[in-house]
Amino acid sequence: MSEPFQFQTRLNLVELLGRRATTVRELLDGIREVPAASIYHHTHRFLQQHHFLSPEPPNDFAYWVSGALGLDDIGERLASVDTVRYRRINDLRTRYVKILEEALAARRNSWPVCQENDEFHFLSCRMFIIPLPAIARDADEFLDILRRISVNSLYYHVFESRLQMERGENDFAVWFEARGNRELADALSRLDPYTITLEGLRQEIIGLVRRHVQDR
Amino acid sequence: MSRIDDYVPVVGASEVEELRLLAARLEGKIVRNVNSTAVGGGVAEILTRMLPLLKDLGVDARWDVIKGNERFFAVTKNMHNALHGMDVPVTGDDLDFFVDVNRQNAAEMDLASDILFIHDPQPIALVERKRDLGRKWVWRCHIDFTDPRPEVWDFLKGYIERYDGAVFSAPAFSRPLSVRQVLISPSIDPLSDKNRELSEEEIDRVCTKHGVDRGRPIVTQISRFDYLKDPVGVVKAYRMVKEHMDCQLVLAGGGATDDPEGLRVLADVRREAEGDPDIFVLFLPPGSDVEINALQRASSVVLQKSLKEGFGLTVAEALWKAKPMIASAVGGIPLQIAHKYSGILTRSIEGTAFWIKQLLQEPGYARRLGVNGKEHIRANYLITRHIRDYLLLFLSLYFEKDVIRL
Repeated sequence: MSEPFQFQTRLNLVELLGRRATTVRELLDGIREVPAASIYHHTHRFLQQHHFLSPEPPNDFAYWVSGALGLDDIGERLASVDTVRYRRINDLRTRYVKILEEALAARRNSWPVCQENDEFHFLSCRMFIIPLPAIARDADEFLDILRRISVNSLYYHVFESRLQMERGENDFAVWFEARGNRELADALSRLDPYTITLEGLRQEIIGLVRRHVQDR
Repeated sequence: MSRIDDYVPVVGASEVEELRLLAARLEGKIVRNVNSTAVGGGVAEILTRMLPLLKDLGVDARWDVIKGNERFFAVTKNMHNALHGMDVPVTGDDLDFFVDVNRQNAAEMDLASDILFIHDPQPIALVERKRDLGRKWVWRCHIDFTDPRPEVWDFLKGYIERYDGAVFSAPAFSRPLSVRQVLISPSIDPLSDKNRELSEEEIDRVCTKHGVDRGRPIVTQISRFDYLKDPVGVVKAYRMVKEHMDCQLVLAGGGATDDPEGLRVLADVRREAEGDPDIFVLFLPPGSDVEINALQRASSVVLQKSLKEGFGLTVAEALWKAKPMIASAVGGIPLQIAHKYSGILTRSIEGTAFWIKQLLQEPGYARRLGVNGKEHIRANYLITRHIRDYLLLFLSLYFEKDVIRL
């Protein structure tokens, strides 16, 4: 029998790195050099801050390159990076670096500089993980708790544990796998949580668990 | 006085539960806030609202005010203006006097606490006591300084870097510093008179009082009468719209009656608006929060056409009322509006006029922007998020790593 599922929540404190970019070149240098937590923040911030929106705005890099520099072609390439494919933040960083390096090598026109007040500011975050007074021993308890936890907790178990904590899978898939619910675990790990609102994701997971476990 | 549980219907029980979990980890710690005024001004307003909620959560939060004479506050006013980039004199003598006043306060005050949370430049030099008191010290900067005068910034930097961390309200205010810098945005209180739900009768009453017709489109800007809020630009944008469609314009705000510049701006706006019965220029007295709330709620579109802005909390206030918002991409406004998702960002009078027409003619799209805007404020700019950030900040002082398990 597997261990009970301990629900946790995570809360972020946003830090300022005191570093800014005004051109693609400076953005590239920053992406190469800032801590991994900064790359994570800039590629996931919109998911947390605009979690009610679908489609939500893309990652900060894409949003800035399109909006502040007017480089829609590069912005689109940055926006279409399939984040769910990456299991390590540094791999994600490498992908952005490659896109920007290719863009710098290919472009013959002069490079725009953003307007004053439109600079890109590199941020980072410190993550606090706190156990909630919520433990599930079976699928019924799991569903009951999943319905009432905050989006912060849902976000942690689905996004942060997989990429920021580099576990490779979301926590829910790991737990159901350990309980022998392989099909459900597969279905949960196939979810693309980047293209759905967090409330939509909550309902999707509830639906999957009910179909695979409860309705049997 | 609000209690923390009053916010459950607004943000949900799970969010408030998380605040309690964090607060429990600060049990036994005294957090002492220090600023320079007990009443008036944004910092006092925030502390007045926030301290009772922190106490309700079980945090031993206290608040002290430093003393200073007329000369001290004249010097700090000049420092404030110099941080905004204005060319004002701040001499070596002034700075010596500033430090002396801080030292007198430091000698007289009871600073016994675990965390000293020092607000704005006025009491910044209290940190000299860190050498003998130890404890954790954080400097909280509430003011906008995108373009500070170097001599004043260098002076302050010498003190900021003695703290365990510094807190700023927007990314643009951050500078290379040797200490950790945290981003904590300001917030609005959804239960205050300025933001609470109003009945249709209350809204009607305010509109009737000022002659505003709720049956026709209403475009509104709420702000002090200040050149930096560009009220004349707002009137020009309205006139461009009016050539093609019917609407009314409400420009409402307060301002000190002894502020000669404010009165000049008001006169300019009145002149610009002359002869148009659909323009309402309302100079509101202090304490008109319910009236401002009602005018925002009655509006079809709300503007904030600032040329320069600190954080721009009037944007959050209008978005909280689910209003489609058109605002300038300056200061903290782009943090509050993702263009075309939760509002519209513009950079010119013509752009503002263009988007007013769009939103008045496409009410479905305008409504979606407003709904998204409200959710964005709920998730990011309410007082409960502000409290959460402060609790995380206090806890972070006791850890070094980026991932902290509590």
